[in-house]
Amino acid sequence: MGSSSSSQHHFAFQNAEKAFKASVLIQRWYRRYMARLEMRRRCTWNIFQSIEYAGQQDQVKLHDFFSYLVDHFTPSSHHEREFLNRMFTEERFAQDVETEKGADYESIEVPDSYTGPHLSFPLLPDHATALVEAFRLRQQLHARYVLSLLYETRKHLAQLPNINRVSTCYSEEITVCGDLHGQLDDLIFIFYKNGLPSPERAYVFNGDFVDRGKDSVEVLMVLFAFMLVYPKEFHLNRGNHEDHLVNLRYGFTKEVMHKYKIHGKKILRTLQDVFCWLPLATLVDEKVLVLHGGVSDRTDLELLAKLDRHKIVSTLRCKIRKESENREEQKRKVNQTSSGQRPTPWFLPQSQSLPSSPCHLGSGFKAYKACRSCSIPCSSGSVDHKEQSRRQVRRSVDLELERCRQQAGFPGIKEKREPLPWAPDDADCDADAGEVLEPTPEEWKQVVDILWSDPMAQEGCKANTIRGGGCYFGPDVTEKLLEKYKLQFLIRSHECKPEGYEFCHNRKVLTIFSASNYYEVGSNRGAYVKLGPALIPHIVQYQANKTTHRLTMRQRISKVEESALRALRQNLFAHSSDLLVEFKKHDASESGVITLSDWAVAVESVLHLGLPWRMLRPQLVNSSGDNVLEYKSWLESLAKEQLSRESIQSSLLEKLYRNRSNLETIFRIIDSDHSGFISLDEFRQTWKLFSSHMNIDITDDNICDLARSIDFNKDGHIDINEFLEAFRLVEQSCSEDHASACLQSTDTAESGQSSLGAC
Amino acid sequence: MAEEKEREGTEAIVADLHKKIKEAFEVFDHETNNTVDVREIGTIIRSLGCCPTEGELHDFIAEVEEEEPTGYIRFEKFLPVMTKALLERKYRPIGEDVLLRAFEVLDPAKRGFLTKDELIKYMTEEGEPFSQEEMEEMLSAAIDPESNAINYRDYIAMMVIDEN
Repeated sequence: MGSSSSSQHHFAFQNAEKAFKASVLIQRWYRRYMARLEMRRRCTWNIFQSIEYAGQQDQVKLHDFFSYLVDHFTPSSHHEREFLNRMFTEERFAQDVETEKGADYESIEVPDSYTGPHLSFPLLPDHATALVEAFRLRQQLHARYVLSLLYETRKHLAQLPNINRVSTCYSEEITVCGDLHGQLDDLIFIFYKNGLPSPERAYVFNGDFVDRGKDSVEVLMVLFAFMLVYPKEFHLNRGNHEDHLVNLRYGFTKEVMHKYKIHGKKILRTLQDVFCWLPLATLVDEKVLVLHGGVSDRTDLELLAKLDRHKIVSTLRCKIRKESENREEQKRKVNQTSSGQRPTPWFLPQSQSLPSSPCHLGSGFKAYKACRSCSIPCSSGSVDHKEQSRRQVRRSVDLELERCRQQAGFPGIKEKREPLPWAPDDADCDADAGEVLEPTPEEWKQVVDILWSDPMAQEGCKANTIRGGGCYFGPDVTEKLLEKYKLQFLIRSHECKPEGYEFCHNRKVLTIFSASNYYEVGSNRGAYVKLGPALIPHIVQYQANKTTHRLTMRQRISKVEESALRALRQNLFAHSSDLLVEFKKHDASESGVITLSDWAVAVESVLHLGLPWRMLRPQLVNSSGDNVLEYKSWLESLAKEQLSRESIQSSLLEKLYRNRSNLETIFRIIDSDHSGFISLDEFRQTWKLFSSHMNIDITDDNICDLARSIDFNKDGHIDINEFLEAFRLVEQSCSEDHASACLQSTDTAESGQSSLGAC
Repeated sequence: MAEEKEREGTEAIVADLHKKIKEAFEVFDHETNNTVDVREIGTIIRSLGCCPTEGELHDFIAEVEEEEPTGYIRFEKFLPVMTKALLERKYRPIGEDVLLRAFEVLDPAKRGFLTKDELIKYMTEEGEPFSQEEMEEMLSAAIDPESNAINYRDYIAMMVIDEN
């Protein structure tokens, strides 16, 4: 008995031990599985971010392109002069002969066949709710109502201070939402989950309502409607995307013109003004500051409260106030001194406080990360010689351009503001002397800083060279600001976060981002934050896509990963020629193969995305298994995946692919009246300039052939969208459901550093 | 001569390993200052092919941590320890068959499945217990909603396919 009970005991003990060990085994294995998923998720995220940041650098490259133009291009014909004129002269939309009055929209008739919502003013809560419902049912608001809503909105906004003050005394809770970027589904979801705005439920929307998503118009309409209905409880802050110049590039302009073919121009014009009137920040209980981007070590809330925000039309281009005498002086001096007021294209990023060519950062994404840790701002290195010769050439081009301008009958460098349609009190438009229409450099910088800055972990304050505006601000900057103005914390948006929100700077800065699935379905959650009288942030997360809920984490990650890899393969294809050159360098014996290790090195040196290539390799390359790759056939397989028409040369397509984002922007700039058409001539000129700058080897004949192979109007005009669509450069079907994937492709990188050289 | 070649061979292997380790490390090096949050070390090690237990992980971290733990691990300390672990094939991953036998231990009646409650009990009370989050995540993929049980053979097969 003794022995049997002890052996039973022993047996039981052994069983327990076995169960323990078995459990450990399973847990251990499972944790490894999850870790690998997590690694994939992080890599995918890095891919999207690096491509996005590389895309932002495009803006900077465009700047370089036009700087190059100014430096090197001498128009040799009247046509070319005209062409340059259009790019280098301020395009004020109100150039139509007819002067427009405020009640102009009343002349627009709404046909009986219109089944969408009708608006009348003053707007009632029911109207706003009906609007949401109508949009949910995919109806479109008639242009007449769009315009009337915009006019009313503008009237309301103009009364508001730069910094709105909200109190939790009146509405018990305040909900702050971040970037929406035209994602109506997210907005509807927020209202559904959190409740519609009401006197008891205050809302603050923190900028970036438009661009990238497909329903920017509808998002704006809803936000403006609720603001008119609940003016005390519903607040909007301006974001860096509430800017007609940014909209040109990131899709809002296109969306408006697509949805409102007849009245789109008018709508855009009106919006340009409405955007300038958006308040800059919101202060909750005098303790929580809500603004779109961030702050700098120079942020001055008193100055921000006082300045005329309406003067800051776009944070991308600054018309700095200068005394007229100074300008005359400088014009005269252009012959002698090294740099006069160089005329710059009106649409370009023109910062007074940043290095002129911030794009030479080596590996883009890594450098972005690196910038945050080194204390020396990134500089372009030794461009001194080029700078000298540039200045000389610039002088003569200055003269040339001045001549062009005079020839074309423009008033010269100092622009005049056209009378705006609705404001009889804008009598200051007769701006000969006296009346100041532009912000001071300091005012402009203050606004740029709060709209564009990002927090960083290191202390200090550095120029934000990636974005091209604003700064990176450290925890010490935050601390000082909070102390100076007796604030508790900051709420900002501007950056996409995987969880929809993120605290930093010791929980003194909260980033809130409300566009879920921003990069791709399943890529990230959206979030909003609620504040009660105690001002304790309560975060609510969501993902406005039902399908992801039913998937496991693995499946969700796979989907997003697929999309990221597709974008990455496109990117690789777009650099085929450079990759081939680089591969050959590693293949001295001309065997046609390189090691996988060399592959990783080569790819990074061409693409500069700072991605973990070795980790990604299994998904990008089907190697024969013995650690080598036949690179030519690999490149060919990439091409096969991308080519849609056999008739188009792969090299040409590759070049177009690489530059499509810039190309599209250039096209839209040329198409200054947003007609959607440019002439064949303009197209050829653009191409000639662009390709010579980019050292692209394409003949005129190639271009003509391409143009001819598209159906364009017999009157020699090219429909921009058709042209880009023909090469799958732009997904035309913005109205279709897979728009989010489409929109990615318009913003993916063209980081062709090697062809740019050191410009 | 042969010795030299062997040394070169090893050096090449080590160089290769260093590149791999660096890459994995950098994915989590958000500030690009050659440090990662200590909480990410587990993910990094596992993504490099290792399969440590939590206990082994803690020991590893103790080895690479600073004298006064800062919450961050520096690459300089991480690299040699990780390289050694990979060269020695420490923390080897578990084969399918071993995994299957582990499940069978927990299923002595050899039914071919574990009920949801049984799985929860073992995973959260035995071994190195799961957190609630880990448990929920595993259940979402493993449990067949109709039977409310995990057919572990199928489960293993599915997970293995995923990996590849």
